[in-house]
Amino acid sequence: MIEIKGLTCGYGEKTILHDVDLSVKKGQFFGIIGPNGSGKTTILRAITRLVKPVKGSIFLDGVDMKELHFSDVAKKIAVVSQNMPLIAMTVREFVLLGRIPYYKKLQFYERDEDAAIAGKVMELTGIGHLKDSLMSEMSAGEVQLAFIARGLAQQPKVLLLDEPTSHLDITHQAGILDLVKRLNRQEGLTVIIILHDLNLASEYCDSLALVGDGRIRKTGRPGDVLDYKTIEDVYKTVVVVRQNPLSMKPFVMIVSEEVREKCENGS
Amino acid sequence: MNRRPMRFLLPVACLFLAAAAVTAMASGSAGIPLKRIFMIILEGKGTPEYGILMDIRLPRVVLGFAVGGALSLAGVMLQGMFRNPLVEPYTLGISGGGALGAALCIVFKLHYLLPITALPASGFLGSCLVVVPLYFLNMRQNVLRMQGILLTGVMTSFISSSLVFLILAISKTDELHSIVFWIMGSLEEPSWMLILIVAAIALACLLLSYFFAPVLNALSLGEEEAVHLGIDTERAKKQLFLMASLLTGISVSLTGIIGFVGLIVPHFVRMMTGYDHRRLFIISFLTGAGFLIFCDTLARTALSPIELPVGVITGILGGSVFIYVLTRRHMSGRSGGSL
Repeated sequence: MIEIKGLTCGYGEKTILHDVDLSVKKGQFFGIIGPNGSGKTTILRAITRLVKPVKGSIFLDGVDMKELHFSDVAKKIAVVSQNMPLIAMTVREFVLLGRIPYYKKLQFYERDEDAAIAGKVMELTGIGHLKDSLMSEMSAGEVQLAFIARGLAQQPKVLLLDEPTSHLDITHQAGILDLVKRLNRQEGLTVIIILHDLNLASEYCDSLALVGDGRIRKTGRPGDVLDYKTIEDVYKTVVVVRQNPLSMKPFVMIVSEEVREKCENGS
Repeated sequence: MNRRPMRFLLPVACLFLAAAAVTAMASGSAGIPLKRIFMIILEGKGTPEYGILMDIRLPRVVLGFAVGGALSLAGVMLQGMFRNPLVEPYTLGISGGGALGAALCIVFKLHYLLPITALPASGFLGSCLVVVPLYFLNMRQNVLRMQGILLTGVMTSFISSSLVFLILAISKTDELHSIVFWIMGSLEEPSWMLILIVAAIALACLLLSYFFAPVLNALSLGEEEAVHLGIDTERAKKQLFLMASLLTGISVSLTGIIGFVGLIVPHFVRMMTGYDHRRLFIISFLTGAGFLIFCDTLARTALSPIELPVGVITGILGGSVFIYVLTRRHMSGRSGGSL
């Protein structure tokens, strides 16, 4: 679905990503993890072409993305970003903006079909009852749902999410990720998601890419990527990795300085 | 103020414009009563009243319509693309360039050579002289830097107004008077042809602006979000910038600097229409047109026979109404509405 080959890019003089290779298959739930400032978001921004490659290319369904028109990309890839809308706009209006890539040349207003799709995705994401509330008056979790609904209104093949669960409590974290997982399994949506929380990444993703210092350090299934040596190496933090007794996925626990000193003294 | 539906706003805006136009036609020193206007127009040429209506008052109404609409439209576009509610058509220094052009024209007495076209042409040239460098100085690798445009625009504005002051300081009294009156703005324009050109351009841009309505709606979420929604933001920004510059340039070159219309009307309208540029464009155009015609009527009649500069009226009236509405909104505890 998305193939990144030898991507080197950055902002101005500063190079952020060095020779990144990444391949996301159709229908995959693909997680990108890594420390702050390692270049996770830059990978997403390169896929959406907000950052231009200095070297290398990104292919979408085998086509070099340089050749694609902006609206063609928006019909295939939707983004759930961390940009909060500051303007007074109702949820329905916000979700309808997701139909813009489908506007015809002489079309200024959304058609009935657009309104129907917006209604459907708002039901699907569980915010149908909020359609007339203002975006600025909703909670953080509801705003995330509205972003996902807007993304789905684009009827994309790929959904990119940039830390959709930061600032949320565990109820909303699980709620959002379960929703994305359902969309992935039932609608066949390919998902690429940046997650800070290693345990959420481990639980939900089929495949993980660990990014450190602008390079891909390891890719594979959560069980392969999340071993304590790799994590300690990339994150420079001591951890213990065990297995979640129900899902059998790896579970990462932080070891605090106090405990570490105690253990070192004890042994 | 709550957001109102279009089926309410559109007729109200049209009615406001029509009322402003009819009032403008009916008021003035000649004192033609409202009832007689239609009779006079129907009777046709020949009567002196017909001359007053068709040759003196109607051109002002049409020009007020075109310029009021054009400035408001440019204001909506610029506030939308800069995502900054304080940007207005004159922020970018286009008006300063126009004033400089007109001042030079008056000092070099070009308007004796070409009485009808010299002033508007030099005003327009002055505007172009500001816009072109503004555009190219802020182009980096095919990307238009918005913050840069804003800053260089404000600076150009200062430079050109300083140059105008320099010209004022060294010019003779009669020239001084002409320059000051040009700068303060007036809807008096003898050439029907120029008026109709401006009106045609303004209406054409209103139609064209609808192609940019979805773009500006997406841009109101931010440039990155607009790209996510499939908008070629770089192309859109360039086209919008040039269109807003054209609208401002033609307005300034014909009427001088009529302030506040392009700032206040879009703001005021946004309180009622919300963010959606599909509503904003048309309602702002109609409201701006009506507002300028109304201000011009007030400028002509308030201290008759002295005619006040219309820019003074738009400033005082527009500013006070705006502050009143804003404080009332704050008192009633509403927030948001603008950008």
